[in-house]
This record gives sequence, structure tokens and C-alpha cells, in this order.
Amino acid sequence: MRMKFLPAFAVVLAISACADKDKNAGDTSGMGNGSDVGHIGGGVNSNGVQPGTEQDLAQNVGDRVRFETNHSDLTTEARATLDRQAAWLKKYGNLTVTVEGHCDERGTREYNLALGERRAEAAKRYLVASGIPANRIQTVSYGKERPEVAGSDEQAWAQNRRAVTVVN
Amino acid sequence: MKIAAFLILSLFACILPAHAEMHLDITNPNVEPMPIAVTDFFGGAGQESQVGHQIAQVVSADLASSGLFKPIDPAAFAQTSDALRQGPHFADWKVLNVQALVSGTVTAQGDGRLRVEFRLWDVLGEGQMAGMAYTTQPANWRRIAHIIADTIYQRITGETGYFDTRVVYVAESGPYQKRVKRLAIMDQDGFNTRYLSDGSNLVLTPRFSPTVAEITYMAYVNNHPRVYLQNIDSGRRELLIDLPGMTFAPRFSPDGNKVILSLAQNGASNLYVMDLRTRQTRQLTSDQSISTAPCYSPDGTKVAFESDRGGSQQIYTMNADGSGVKRISFGSGKATYANPVWSPRGDLIAFTKISGGTFYIGVIKPDGTGEREITEGYDVEGPTWAPNGRVLAYFKENPSGPGGRERTAKLYSIDITGQNERQLPTQGDASDPAWSPLIP
Repeated sequence: MRMKFLPAFAVVLAISACADKDKNAGDTSGMGNGSDVGHIGGGVNSNGVQPGTEQDLAQNVGDRVRFETNHSDLTTEARATLDRQAAWLKKYGNLTVTVEGHCDERGTREYNLALGERRAEAAKRYLVASGIPANRIQTVSYGKERPEVAGSDEQAWAQNRRAVTVVN
Repeated sequence: MKIAAFLILSLFACILPAHAEMHLDITNPNVEPMPIAVTDFFGGAGQESQVGHQIAQVVSADLASSGLFKPIDPAAFAQTSDALRQGPHFADWKVLNVQALVSGTVTAQGDGRLRVEFRLWDVLGEGQMAGMAYTTQPANWRRIAHIIADTIYQRITGETGYFDTRVVYVAESGPYQKRVKRLAIMDQDGFNTRYLSDGSNLVLTPRFSPTVAEITYMAYVNNHPRVYLQNIDSGRRELLIDLPGMTFAPRFSPDGNKVILSLAQNGASNLYVMDLRTRQTRQLTSDQSISTAPCYSPDGTKVAFESDRGGSQQIYTMNADGSGVKRISFGSGKATYANPVWSPRGDLIAFTKISGGTFYIGVIKPDGTGEREITEGYDVEGPTWAPNGRVLAYFKENPSGPGGRERTAKLYSIDITGQNERQLPTQGDASDPAWSPLIP
């Protein structure tokens, strides 16, 4: 049940993230929140985002993958996202990135630091196996210190178990 | 912040015969708190009598916080502090059902220092149980009070006290998704709080050196999480190990000469120990699992740690050289165990357990028997021992605010009997406590 639920949930997230970022950036290009949906995975710059930027990665490629509780295995959904990231990183060969590993709050502090590192390394390994030079990818673990969403239920915890690729 | 050396004298006017002494059995969870009268220490001029009053208040609060003593209302006292200088009228205190009586004096010396004398009286046995005198700078009056409280605690329970101690912790502020974390240190009763970092870097898991002069902790400097050493008084900070990867979960060895920690590289976290004198690093575990939260036994011969090498996070012990690894936590169902912390007495290991979505603080014997839960909550974590091994502190984090979208984190202490849970006063939210040894 949970596995089926997650991908749909991730799309909703991507939409809300777009809306937030547009607001934060003071973007007045007239792109409506709803219209962003059609651009996910589509051509760059059609939604007013500078190509080859972190915003481009987040909105048009997908900058984060999710994990099951206490696991660092890459799901089918995660591998698809990382495939798109690898293609994007090949296109912008001068960029370097950091993969940030995160955990939900239902583990202890030290274990979560280690688990976050393991998740970030799992994502990095996949990108390297996809042809991205290892020296373009750093990793850092934030354990449970930087949750993506506030909340104290399974939905929030699932969203917080993630590896996020950010442009250096 | 240097504490001047105390001049300590014993004042044994008359020693009670051993059979007459009062005693509290603190291993009994149902022990009745002992009624005690802590009178203001007599002082002449303004400062003397004011300090005398304050010392009595701190001694009284320390003893009450242990849950083992019940200070009686000063309004009921049978004698004034002045009159007590001639000795107690035991009969007048007996009718108040007081078992122990504390009296003292504060006298300014010619050199500006204060001489503080105190005496502990056994009311039923009609004799003096302890008497000490301390000479110190007036600014140290709180430490004098804590030392007196420790002396009383030890004389009556037979166990070492834990009041002249500090707690280093992580002070938290800001929204849940972007907490600001600062290193903070305070006396165990919440006074004399000082911040040891400014919040610009995320900091976690501070631990004291045995001399209470230094701390080791993990900090994100330039977003690179690594272990640092910091001198508490000078604030001087140094990177402990400059290796690729994340270093975390540091803890001093009992002799203070080593720091044991985890190094995460390529998805595995292994245990390392650095000798602070030679700067040599030695690897203790070597596999693809997560091994972390290492802690030495008080004699330094063994290490307890958590690892998921067996498939789930459990507690293991091993010899200090990495040999003889043995799993000691099993539990039922899918329970996971973390944060093993060896008692200063060596008899127990405190831990955090997660089972069925609930966090527990518990203790287990080093051989894996006698597991016992002490407290539980949404997130209770990070146990740390008072130096006498009778009391634990930890932090408790709970959802708060509308929709549970924020977090409240506070420090607590609790007897290992499971009794007397108390919040440690902090100025704001707090986590990751470490309780110091008795201050040297």
C-alpha cells in the first residue's frame, strides 16, 4: 500500500515545491502553479527556469529520492529520478553537486547520521554507475536534523527519508 | 572561570558511634524522603548573611531534587541560625520529626575571601555527622553549596553525591525544519548557563573530558560534519581528525587520553580511536555495517557500541582493541537498541530502545541480562549518567504547536529506580545532555 502511495505523493510535493520557489524568487513571469505540472520532465526553460541551475534540477528533473524506513535501497522510482539526474549532469558537465542524505525522526541521532550518509552514498553510487565521475559528487549526511516537512505521522516521516541532490 | 582552590577542613566536634547513624537506602524505589532542616548559615554583615541564606537555599534545593530528602519549611524551625552556633537543642527539633539538621556560618576573611563552615547533625542520635570548612572567593558560593550538599548526601546515603557537577548540552531554537543548535553548559541545577558556540554551525552530541576542562562534539563547519575538541574556558576549538568522510559520535576514554568515534565513508560507519598524545588513529571495526555511539567501560578495558551488522540496530560490547565482539541486546520483536552508555560504577549500561513506535530509556547489565525500561516517550534519547551511577539524564522531544508541526525538547533526570523524574531547568529547548563527573 505504502509503496503505491509514495510516487503519487512525490508528484504533489514537486508541485508545491515549484509554487514555493516561484514565490520565494519573486517570479513574475506569469507561470501559474498548475501549469508547472506539464513541464516536469519536459524541455528546460519553458517554465521560466534558468537551465543548468539548482531550480532547473529541482523542477524539471527531480532533485530528490525517497527511502523506506531504516533502508538505503533505491526504489524503482528513485532509480528513475537518478537516471534523469545523470542525464542532466552529463548535459551540464561543468557542474558539481552534493547529495544530502536525510532521515525521519524515528531513529536515534547517531544512527540517523550514519543512515543519512549511507543513503547519500547509495544515490551517489548510482550516479557514478550511470557515468558521472565520482569527483563531481560529494555527499553529506544531515541525519534527522533537517526534515523537509514538519509533522509527526507516517506521511511526514516518509517525505523526510530522502537524498537531495544540490548544485554546488 | 578558574575556580580557586578551596581550603577544606574537617570539623568533627564529636563523632557518633556507627550504630547510631541514620542511613537512607537509595536502592529502594519506595524509600520515604528523609525530613531535613537546612537552616540559613549564620552571617554577620550584609554579604555574609545574604550568602548564608543563599547557600542554605541551594543546599536545600539540591537535596530535594534527589527525591531522597524532604526539606521542612523554615517557618517551623526550632532555633535561629545565631542560636545554632552554640549547638542544636535536639529535643526541640525531634518534635518536628526532623531527622537531619544542617547549620553553618559564613565569615568574611581579611583578604576578601569567605570562610564557610557547615555541620550536619543527626537529630535522633543527638550528635554531629559531618563538619567541614571551606575558604573561597565570594563568587564561588554556589559551588560551596553544591559541595556541602554532596557531603550531606554522601554521609547519609553512603553514595557519592552529584551536585557539584555541570551539564553540557545542545540549546535549540527556531522552527523544526531549521533548528538552530548551540553548545551550552550549566550547573546541574540550571544556573550559570554559558553558551559555547554561537549557533552559526549545527552542533551535536557534546561530551565532557574526565577533567571537565574540554568537550568533544560534532559540528557542521562549512557543511562538513566532523568531530572537534574544544577547551571550555578558552573556547579554543580544534578539528580532531582530518580524514575524508564524516566523523561523529565522539566520546573520551575514562583516562582522557583518547577519543573514540565513528567515521562514515562510502556508506559504512566504523569505529576508530584517536590517541590525543600521539595523534595516532586506530580502526577498531571494519565492515560495511553501521557501528556507532561507542562508549568505554569505566576501567577503559571494554567498549559498548551500537551496530546493525546483524540486520537491525543492536548493542554490542568488545574489548578496547576491537576483539571479542559480543551482542548483548536482543529484546522482542523488532526492537532496536542504541546509545549505549556505561555507568560510572560499571554495573549497568544505559540505552535508548525503539519498539513499536515508542522510544524507551533503559538499563541492561554488561553481560546482557537484567534489561529494564526506565522511562518512555515519543522520542526519549541520549542517556547520560550522574557520576554516582544512580541517576540518569536524557532528553525528551515531543511534537508541539498546531498540528504537531513544531518540536519541544527538554532535558530530564530520573533515578535508575524509575522514580523522581524531573525536568532540568534550561533557558530554552535542549537536547543531547552530557553529565560531567564531579568537578575536580
